[in-house]
Amino acid sequence: MRFAAVLVAACCGLGAASGDPANAQDSIPTSLTGAKGDPVRGRAIITSRQVGLCLLCHSGPFPEERFQGNLAPDLAGAGKRWSEGQLRLRIVDSSRINPATIMPAYHRTDGLLRVAPAWRDKPVLNAEQIEDVVAFLTTLKD
Amino acid sequence: MVLAGATFAGEIPRAERRSGYDFMSRETRAMQDDDTVNPGMLAVLEGGTLWARKTGAAGRACADCHGDASAGMKGVAARYPAFDAALKRPVNLEQRINLCRVDRQRAPPLAYESRELLALTAYVGRQSRGLPIDVVVDARTQPFLENGRAAFYRRQGQLNLACSQCHDDNWGRRLAGNAIPQAHPTGYPVYRLEWQSLGSLQRRLRNCLVGIRAEGYEYGAPELVELELFLMWRARGMTMETPGVRP
Repeated sequence: MRFAAVLVAACCGLGAASGDPANAQDSIPTSLTGAKGDPVRGRAIITSRQVGLCLLCHSGPFPEERFQGNLAPDLAGAGKRWSEGQLRLRIVDSSRINPATIMPAYHRTDGLLRVAPAWRDKPVLNAEQIEDVVAFLTTLKD
Repeated sequence: MVLAGATFAGEIPRAERRSGYDFMSRETRAMQDDDTVNPGMLAVLEGGTLWARKTGAAGRACADCHGDASAGMKGVAARYPAFDAALKRPVNLEQRINLCRVDRQRAPPLAYESRELLALTAYVGRQSRGLPIDVVVDARTQPFLENGRAAFYRRQGQLNLACSQCHDDNWGRRLAGNAIPQAHPTGYPVYRLEWQSLGSLQRRLRNCLVGIRAEGYEYGAPELVELELFLMWRARGMTMETPGVRP
Protein backbone atom coordinates (compact mmCIF):
# COMPACT_ATOMS: atom_id res chain seq x y z
CA MET A 1 0.00 0.00 0.00
CA ARG A 2 2.90 2.29 0.72
CA PHE A 3 4.24 1.46 -2.71
CA ALA A 4 0.95 2.56 -4.23
CA ALA A 5 1.12 5.81 -2.31
CA VAL A 6 4.66 6.48 -3.50
CA LEU A 7 3.62 5.72 -7.06
CA VAL A 8 0.73 8.15 -6.86
CA ALA A 9 2.92 10.79 -5.29
CA ALA A 10 5.53 10.35 -8.02
CA CYS A 11 2.87 10.65 -10.75
CA CYS A 12 1.69 13.89 -9.22
CA GLY A 13 5.16 15.37 -8.94
CA LEU A 14 5.09 15.01 -5.16
CA GLY A 15 8.01 12.63 -4.83
CA ALA A 16 11.55 13.58 -3.95
CA ALA A 17 11.03 17.22 -4.83
CA SER A 18 7.97 17.59 -2.61
CA GLY A 19 9.80 19.86 -0.18
CA ASP A 20 10.39 22.43 -2.91
CA PRO A 21 7.57 24.99 -2.91
CA ALA A 22 8.05 25.51 -6.63
CA ASN A 23 6.94 21.91 -7.16
CA ALA A 24 4.23 21.89 -4.52
CA GLN A 25 0.86 20.80 -5.77
CA ASP A 26 -2.45 21.44 -4.12
CA SER A 27 -3.98 18.06 -4.68
CA ILE A 28 -3.52 14.29 -4.93
CA PRO A 29 -6.25 13.68 -7.48
CA THR A 30 -6.23 9.89 -7.59
CA SER A 31 -7.07 7.31 -4.93
CA LEU A 32 -4.10 5.85 -3.06
CA THR A 33 -5.65 2.40 -3.42
CA GLY A 34 -7.20 2.75 -6.85
CA ALA A 35 -10.62 2.31 -5.22
CA LYS A 36 -13.20 4.54 -3.61
CA GLY A 37 -13.20 4.68 0.17
CA ASP A 38 -16.06 3.80 2.48
CA PRO A 39 -17.54 6.91 4.13
CA VAL A 40 -19.07 4.92 7.01
CA ARG A 41 -15.69 3.50 7.95
CA GLY A 42 -14.20 6.96 7.41
CA ARG A 43 -16.54 8.51 9.94
CA ALA A 44 -15.60 5.83 12.48
CA ILE A 45 -11.88 6.50 11.91
CA ILE A 46 -12.36 10.24 12.39
CA THR A 47 -14.25 9.88 15.66
CA SER A 48 -11.88 7.27 17.10
CA ARG A 49 -9.50 8.71 19.70
CA GLN A 50 -7.08 5.86 19.06
CA VAL A 51 -7.16 5.61 15.25
CA GLY A 52 -7.85 8.89 13.48
CA LEU A 53 -7.23 11.18 16.48
CA CYS A 54 -8.92 13.94 14.43
CA LEU A 55 -11.23 15.20 17.17
CA LEU A 56 -8.31 15.85 19.53
CA CYS A 57 -7.64 18.99 17.44
CA HIS A 58 -10.72 19.43 15.21
CA SER A 59 -14.39 19.81 15.98
CA GLY A 60 -16.98 18.56 13.55
CA PRO A 61 -20.59 17.57 13.01
CA PHE A 62 -20.46 14.64 15.42
CA PRO A 63 -23.17 15.42 17.98
CA GLU A 64 -22.58 12.20 19.92
CA GLU A 65 -18.92 13.03 20.53
CA ARG A 66 -18.09 15.05 23.60
CA PHE A 67 -14.73 16.76 24.09
CA GLN A 68 -13.82 17.89 20.59
CA GLY A 69 -10.73 20.03 20.05
CA ASN A 70 -10.47 23.56 18.74
CA LEU A 71 -6.88 24.02 17.62
CA ALA A 72 -7.69 23.32 14.01
CA PRO A 73 -10.48 24.23 11.56
CA ASP A 74 -13.95 22.78 12.11
CA LEU A 75 -14.49 19.82 9.81
CA ALA A 76 -18.04 20.94 9.01
CA GLY A 77 -18.16 21.99 5.36
CA ALA A 78 -14.76 20.44 4.57
CA GLY A 79 -16.28 18.77 1.51
CA LYS A 80 -17.47 22.12 0.22
CA ARG A 81 -14.21 23.98 0.89
CA TRP A 82 -11.94 21.35 -0.65
CA SER A 83 -12.05 18.93 -3.54
CA GLU A 84 -11.49 15.22 -2.97
CA GLY A 85 -7.91 15.54 -4.19
CA GLN A 86 -7.22 18.57 -1.99
CA LEU A 87 -8.56 16.72 1.05
CA ARG A 88 -6.39 13.70 0.22
CA LEU A 89 -3.22 15.79 0.07
CA ARG A 90 -4.07 17.61 3.31
CA ILE A 91 -4.42 14.32 5.15
CA VAL A 92 -1.52 12.48 3.51
CA ASP A 93 0.94 15.28 4.23
CA SER A 94 -0.31 18.73 5.08
CA SER A 95 3.26 19.97 5.42
CA ARG A 96 3.55 20.00 1.62
CA ILE A 97 1.23 23.00 1.70
CA ASN A 98 2.47 24.58 4.92
CA PRO A 99 5.78 23.25 6.29
CA ALA A 100 5.02 24.74 9.72
CA THR A 101 1.58 23.17 10.07
CA ILE A 102 0.81 21.50 13.39
CA MET A 103 -1.15 18.81 11.53
CA PRO A 104 0.67 15.47 11.48
CA ALA A 105 1.29 13.86 8.10
CA TYR A 106 -1.06 10.90 8.19
CA HIS A 107 0.56 8.92 5.42
CA ARG A 108 4.26 9.64 5.52
CA THR A 109 6.98 7.77 7.39
CA ASP A 110 10.14 9.61 6.35
CA GLY A 111 11.55 12.75 7.91
CA LEU A 112 10.31 11.88 11.41
CA LEU A 113 12.49 11.87 14.53
CA ARG A 114 12.42 9.54 17.53
CA VAL A 115 9.32 7.61 16.56
CA ALA A 116 8.36 5.08 19.27
CA PRO A 117 9.23 1.50 18.29
CA ALA A 118 5.57 0.44 18.11
CA TRP A 119 4.87 3.06 15.41
CA ARG A 120 8.17 3.07 13.53
CA ASP A 121 7.91 2.92 9.73
CA LYS A 122 4.13 2.90 9.96
CA PRO A 123 2.00 5.81 8.77
CA VAL A 124 -0.73 7.06 11.15
CA LEU A 125 -3.32 5.77 8.66
CA ASN A 126 -2.80 3.25 5.88
CA ALA A 127 -3.86 3.99 2.31
CA GLU A 128 -7.25 2.32 2.67
CA GLN A 129 -7.99 4.31 5.83
CA ILE A 130 -6.95 7.53 4.10
CA GLU A 131 -9.43 6.80 1.31
CA ASP A 132 -12.19 6.04 3.84
CA VAL A 133 -11.57 9.37 5.61
CA VAL A 134 -11.48 11.26 2.28
CA ALA A 135 -14.72 9.57 1.22
CA PHE A 136 -16.42 10.71 4.41
CA LEU A 137 -15.06 14.27 4.41
CA THR A 138 -16.29 14.86 0.85
CA THR A 139 -19.82 14.27 2.19
CA LEU A 140 -19.51 17.21 4.62
CA LYS A 141 -21.05 19.86 2.39
CA ASP A 142 -22.66 22.06 5.06
CA MET B 1 -6.62 34.48 27.04
CA VAL B 2 -7.84 31.97 24.49
CA LEU B 3 -6.74 34.02 21.53
CA ALA B 4 -3.47 35.25 22.95
CA GLY B 5 -1.69 31.94 22.52
CA ALA B 6 -2.85 31.50 18.98
CA THR B 7 -1.67 34.68 17.37
CA PHE B 8 2.07 34.30 17.46
CA ALA B 9 4.56 31.49 17.59
CA GLY B 10 7.53 31.64 19.92
CA GLU B 11 8.15 32.34 23.56
CA ILE B 12 5.20 33.44 25.67
CA PRO B 13 5.61 37.05 26.84
CA ARG B 14 6.20 37.21 30.58
CA ALA B 15 2.99 39.13 31.25
CA GLU B 16 0.97 36.35 29.59
CA ARG B 17 2.47 33.43 31.45
CA ARG B 18 -0.07 31.38 33.38
CA SER B 19 0.29 28.48 35.74
CA GLY B 20 -1.62 25.33 34.87
CA TYR B 21 -3.61 26.24 37.97
CA ASP B 22 -5.29 29.08 36.05
CA PHE B 23 -6.68 26.62 33.49
CA MET B 24 -8.26 24.33 36.10
CA SER B 25 -11.86 24.12 37.22
CA ARG B 26 -12.93 25.91 40.38
CA GLU B 27 -13.24 22.54 42.13
CA THR B 28 -9.71 21.42 41.26
CA ARG B 29 -8.27 24.76 42.31
CA ALA B 30 -10.11 24.47 45.62
CA MET B 31 -8.60 21.01 46.11
CA GLN B 32 -5.08 22.40 45.69
CA ASP B 33 -5.73 25.43 47.87
CA ASP B 34 -7.06 23.61 50.91
CA ASP B 35 -4.32 21.68 52.70
CA THR B 36 -6.90 19.50 54.41
CA VAL B 37 -8.14 18.12 51.07
CA ASN B 38 -5.05 18.46 48.85
CA PRO B 39 -3.98 14.80 48.40
CA GLY B 40 -0.39 15.92 47.93
CA MET B 41 -0.29 17.02 51.55
CA LEU B 42 -0.39 13.38 52.66
CA ALA B 43 2.93 12.90 50.86
CA VAL B 44 4.30 16.08 52.40
CA LEU B 45 3.44 14.74 55.87
CA GLU B 46 5.05 11.39 55.09
CA GLY B 47 8.08 13.23 53.72
CA GLY B 48 8.39 15.09 57.01
CA THR B 49 8.55 11.78 58.85
CA LEU B 50 11.18 10.43 56.45
CA TRP B 51 13.18 13.65 56.79
CA ALA B 52 13.64 12.97 60.50
CA ARG B 53 14.23 9.20 60.28
CA LYS B 54 17.78 7.86 60.61
CA THR B 55 18.64 5.50 57.79
CA GLY B 56 21.51 3.82 55.92
CA ALA B 57 24.86 2.54 57.14
CA ALA B 58 25.68 6.03 58.39
CA GLY B 59 22.62 5.99 60.65
CA ARG B 60 21.89 9.58 59.72
CA ALA B 61 18.65 11.45 59.03
CA CYS B 62 18.27 14.26 56.52
CA ALA B 63 17.56 16.48 59.52
CA ASP B 64 20.89 15.59 61.15
CA CYS B 65 22.72 17.55 58.45
CA HIS B 66 20.06 19.96 57.17
CA GLY B 67 18.15 20.65 60.37
CA ASP B 68 14.70 22.10 60.25
CA ALA B 69 13.55 21.89 56.63
CA SER B 70 11.30 24.93 56.96
CA ALA B 71 14.47 26.99 57.31
CA GLY B 72 17.21 25.03 55.53
CA MET B 73 15.16 23.85 52.56
CA LYS B 74 13.34 27.10 51.95
CA GLY B 75 13.69 28.02 48.27
CA VAL B 76 15.82 24.99 47.43
CA ALA B 77 13.31 23.22 45.16
CA ALA B 78 12.77 26.48 43.27
CA ARG B 79 16.44 26.30 42.19
CA TYR B 80 16.39 22.75 40.75
CA PRO B 81 17.62 21.22 38.49
CA ALA B 82 20.98 22.49 39.74
CA PHE B 83 24.57 21.82 38.68
CA ASP B 84 26.36 19.00 40.48
CA ALA B 85 30.10 19.63 40.51
CA ALA B 86 31.05 15.97 40.90
CA LEU B 87 28.81 14.73 38.09
CA LYS B 88 29.53 17.84 35.98
CA ARG B 89 25.90 18.10 34.93
CA PRO B 90 22.60 19.31 36.35
CA VAL B 91 20.62 17.00 38.60
CA ASN B 92 16.96 17.30 39.50
CA LEU B 93 15.61 17.32 43.03
CA GLU B 94 14.92 13.58 43.09
CA GLN B 95 18.50 12.91 41.98
CA ARG B 96 19.85 15.34 44.61
CA ILE B 97 17.94 13.48 47.33
CA ASN B 98 19.28 10.16 46.10
CA LEU B 99 22.86 11.49 45.91
CA CYS B 100 22.51 12.52 49.54
CA ARG B 101 21.17 9.11 50.47
CA VAL B 102 24.02 7.26 48.78
CA ASP B 103 26.89 9.61 49.70
CA ARG B 104 25.87 10.87 53.15
CA GLN B 105 23.48 8.29 54.56
CA ARG B 106 25.06 5.35 52.79
CA ALA B 107 21.63 4.02 51.94
CA PRO B 108 20.46 2.58 48.63
CA PRO B 109 18.88 5.12 46.25
CA LEU B 110 15.11 5.29 46.22
CA ALA B 111 13.39 4.18 43.01
CA TYR B 112 11.98 6.91 40.77
CA GLU B 113 8.25 7.44 41.43
CA SER B 114 8.48 5.39 44.63
CA ARG B 115 6.26 6.57 47.43
CA GLU B 116 9.27 7.51 49.59
CA LEU B 117 11.10 9.51 46.92
CA LEU B 118 7.92 11.38 45.94
CA ALA B 119 7.22 12.05 49.62
CA LEU B 120 10.67 13.50 50.29
CA THR B 121 10.52 15.53 47.07
CA ALA B 122 7.07 16.86 47.97
CA TYR B 123 8.28 17.72 51.47
CA VAL B 124 11.32 19.63 50.22
CA GLY B 125 9.21 21.18 47.46
CA ARG B 126 6.63 22.34 49.97
CA GLN B 127 9.28 24.50 51.64
CA SER B 128 9.40 26.59 48.44
CA ARG B 129 5.66 27.08 48.06
CA GLY B 130 4.96 30.74 47.37
CA LEU B 131 8.55 31.48 46.31
CA PRO B 132 9.64 32.38 42.77
CA ILE B 133 11.26 29.79 40.52
CA ASP B 134 14.93 30.71 40.33
CA VAL B 135 17.15 28.18 38.53
CA VAL B 136 20.74 29.27 38.09
CA VAL B 137 21.87 29.76 34.52
CA ASP B 138 25.61 30.22 34.22
CA ALA B 139 28.46 28.99 32.07
CA ARG B 140 28.16 25.53 33.60
CA THR B 141 24.42 25.04 33.14
CA GLN B 142 23.93 26.99 29.91
CA PRO B 143 24.84 24.13 27.52
CA PHE B 144 22.35 21.83 29.26
CA LEU B 145 19.68 24.51 29.17
CA GLU B 146 20.27 24.88 25.43
CA ASN B 147 19.87 21.12 24.95
CA GLY B 148 16.56 21.32 26.78
CA ARG B 149 15.47 24.28 24.70
CA ALA B 150 16.32 22.42 21.48
CA ALA B 151 14.28 19.43 22.67
CA PHE B 152 11.30 21.68 23.45
CA TYR B 153 11.24 23.03 19.90
CA ARG B 154 12.07 19.71 18.16
CA ARG B 155 9.27 18.00 16.29
CA GLN B 156 9.30 14.31 17.11
CA GLY B 157 7.32 11.10 17.19
CA GLN B 158 4.92 9.64 14.68
CA LEU B 159 2.66 12.68 15.16
CA ASN B 160 5.64 14.96 14.48
CA LEU B 161 4.85 17.44 17.22
CA ALA B 162 7.12 19.71 19.26
CA CYS B 163 6.29 20.67 22.83
CA SER B 164 6.21 24.28 21.65
CA GLN B 165 3.45 23.68 19.11
CA CYS B 166 0.97 22.95 21.86
CA HIS B 167 2.39 24.85 24.84
CA ASP B 168 3.74 28.02 23.19
CA ASP B 169 1.53 28.29 20.11
CA ASN B 170 -1.82 26.84 21.19
CA TRP B 171 -2.12 27.21 24.95
CA GLY B 172 -5.63 28.01 26.10
CA ARG B 173 -7.18 26.11 23.21
CA ARG B 174 -8.75 22.71 23.75
CA LEU B 175 -7.07 19.42 22.93
CA ALA B 176 -10.14 17.18 22.96
CA GLY B 177 -11.85 18.37 26.13
CA ASN B 178 -8.83 19.76 27.93
CA ALA B 179 -7.44 23.27 27.95
CA ILE B 180 -3.79 23.15 26.87
CA PRO B 181 -1.66 24.71 29.61
CA GLN B 182 1.60 26.55 29.05
CA ALA B 183 3.70 23.75 30.57
CA HIS B 184 5.18 25.64 33.50
CA PRO B 185 6.32 23.12 36.13
CA THR B 186 5.18 25.17 39.12
CA GLY B 187 3.68 22.45 41.31
CA TYR B 188 5.73 19.25 41.07
CA PRO B 189 5.45 16.66 42.32
CA VAL B 190 1.74 17.06 41.53
CA TYR B 191 -1.28 15.03 42.46
CA ARG B 192 -2.80 14.38 39.06
CA LEU B 193 -6.45 13.36 39.03
CA GLU B 194 -5.88 11.34 35.85
CA TRP B 195 -3.19 9.33 37.66
CA GLN B 196 -5.03 9.16 40.97
CA SER B 197 -1.60 9.60 42.50
CA LEU B 198 1.33 11.90 43.02
CA GLY B 199 3.89 11.96 40.23
CA SER B 200 7.03 13.74 39.12
CA LEU B 201 7.60 16.15 36.25
CA GLN B 202 9.49 13.38 34.45
CA ARG B 203 6.41 11.15 34.66
CA ARG B 204 4.40 13.95 33.07
CA LEU B 205 6.99 14.47 30.32
CA ARG B 206 6.98 10.75 29.57
CA ASN B 207 3.16 10.88 29.25
CA CYS B 208 3.42 13.62 26.63
CA LEU B 209 6.03 11.62 24.68
CA VAL B 210 3.65 8.65 24.61
CA GLY B 211 0.92 10.99 23.38
CA ILE B 212 2.93 12.13 20.38
CA ARG B 213 4.07 8.54 19.81
CA ALA B 214 7.73 9.34 20.38
CA GLU B 215 10.44 7.20 21.92
CA GLY B 216 10.51 7.55 25.68
CA TYR B 217 13.41 8.19 28.03
CA GLU B 218 14.29 6.31 31.19
CA TYR B 219 13.62 8.13 34.44
CA GLY B 220 16.66 10.21 35.29
CA ALA B 221 17.85 10.37 31.66
CA PRO B 222 20.00 13.46 31.01
CA GLU B 223 17.62 14.48 28.22
CA LEU B 224 14.71 14.67 30.66
CA VAL B 225 16.74 16.63 33.21
CA GLU B 226 17.75 19.08 30.47
CA LEU B 227 14.12 19.53 29.50
CA GLU B 228 13.22 20.06 33.17
CA LEU B 229 15.95 22.69 33.42
CA PHE B 230 14.66 24.50 30.35
CA LEU B 231 11.06 24.39 31.58
CA MET B 232 12.04 25.75 35.00
CA TRP B 233 14.07 28.51 33.34
CA ARG B 234 11.11 29.23 31.06
CA ALA B 235 8.95 29.56 34.20
CA ARG B 236 11.53 31.71 36.02
CA GLY B 237 9.93 34.07 38.48
CA MET B 238 6.66 32.15 38.59
CA THR B 239 5.39 31.03 41.97
CA MET B 240 6.01 27.52 43.30
CA GLU B 241 2.79 25.71 44.26
CA THR B 242 4.11 22.33 45.46
CA PRO B 243 2.23 20.13 46.08
CA GLY B 244 0.09 21.08 43.07
CA VAL B 245 -3.10 19.37 41.95
CA ARG B 246 -3.77 18.94 38.24
CA PRO B 247 -6.61 17.35 36.21
